[in-house]
Amino acid sequence: MTHHPHKDDAAAKLGMWLFLFTELLLFGGLFLLYAVYLKRYPHEFAVAGRQLDWTMGTANTVILLTSSLCAAMALTALQLGEARRAVALLGGTLLCAGGFMVIKYIEWSTKIGHGIYPGSPHLKSGAPGESIFFSLYFMTTGIHGLHVLIGGALLAVIGQKVRSGVVSADNYILLENGALYWHLVDLIWIFIFPLYYLIL
Amino acid sequence: MNEQQHIIGYKKLVGTWLALLALTALTVAVTRVELGGFKVAAALAIACAKSGLVIAVFMHMRYEGRLLRWLLFLALATLAIFIGLTFFDVLYR
Repeated sequence: MTHHPHKDDAAAKLGMWLFLFTELLLFGGLFLLYAVYLKRYPHEFAVAGRQLDWTMGTANTVILLTSSLCAAMALTALQLGEARRAVALLGGTLLCAGGFMVIKYIEWSTKIGHGIYPGSPHLKSGAPGESIFFSLYFMTTGIHGLHVLIGGALLAVIGQKVRSGVVSADNYILLENGALYWHLVDLIWIFIFPLYYLIL
Repeated sequence: MNEQQHIIGYKKLVGTWLALLALTALTVAVTRVELGGFKVAAALAIACAKSGLVIAVFMHMRYEGRLLRWLLFLALATLAIFIGLTFFDVLYR
């Protein structure tokens, strides 16, 4: 008896997109909170927002855009049958993910070193709008950073499968879905960057 | 094999990346000068343009069928409705 493993790439991709929509709504909720509190505390948000380093935010934006380019090119490479190039490009994505997390670590540790973290005595004694800004900042960039780590791990596993030939030019849906997740991480940052680092 | 395979060339991907970098430079430049409320609108408009590029090219939405396009529209419309209705309350309370 010949056994064909069930395989439906279109359905797999549909499932991934449905999941990405729930992610959009999750971050949408956080952006909504930001918008409502910005309306209520415009002055405090401006004071707090200017304490973030926009050069670090810009660096991370460039890094994430580049990582997305590598992920998209990795899919093209695999579809063209250039598996080794696909693995190298995924390595580029992971390198960018690492760089992003290092910059994030520097930013967070600097803030925490200055006594700025959710529930810190420094924020409790300050204006309520400021502590709300930083709570939202840590919550949003924290959940986003978690997505970077998960996406990086996912792409590392997929890269291994490309190398071993399980994911190939005839069977690339796993890489396609992994790349979609990675692009979503990039997409969310595209909004975090101006809202937290630039407009205040 | 997949009958609906769309391979996006390297050149197109790199071109999209360059456009995204240019828009990033633009959004930084626009928000470094004092424009008041205009800079919020400009920054958000640029962010929307950037995400449009990412979704259309990097995420291949340009080459997808009706089902995914409509679902994307539905998700964005849901987001717009709940942000819009919240502000209807917040602004006119």
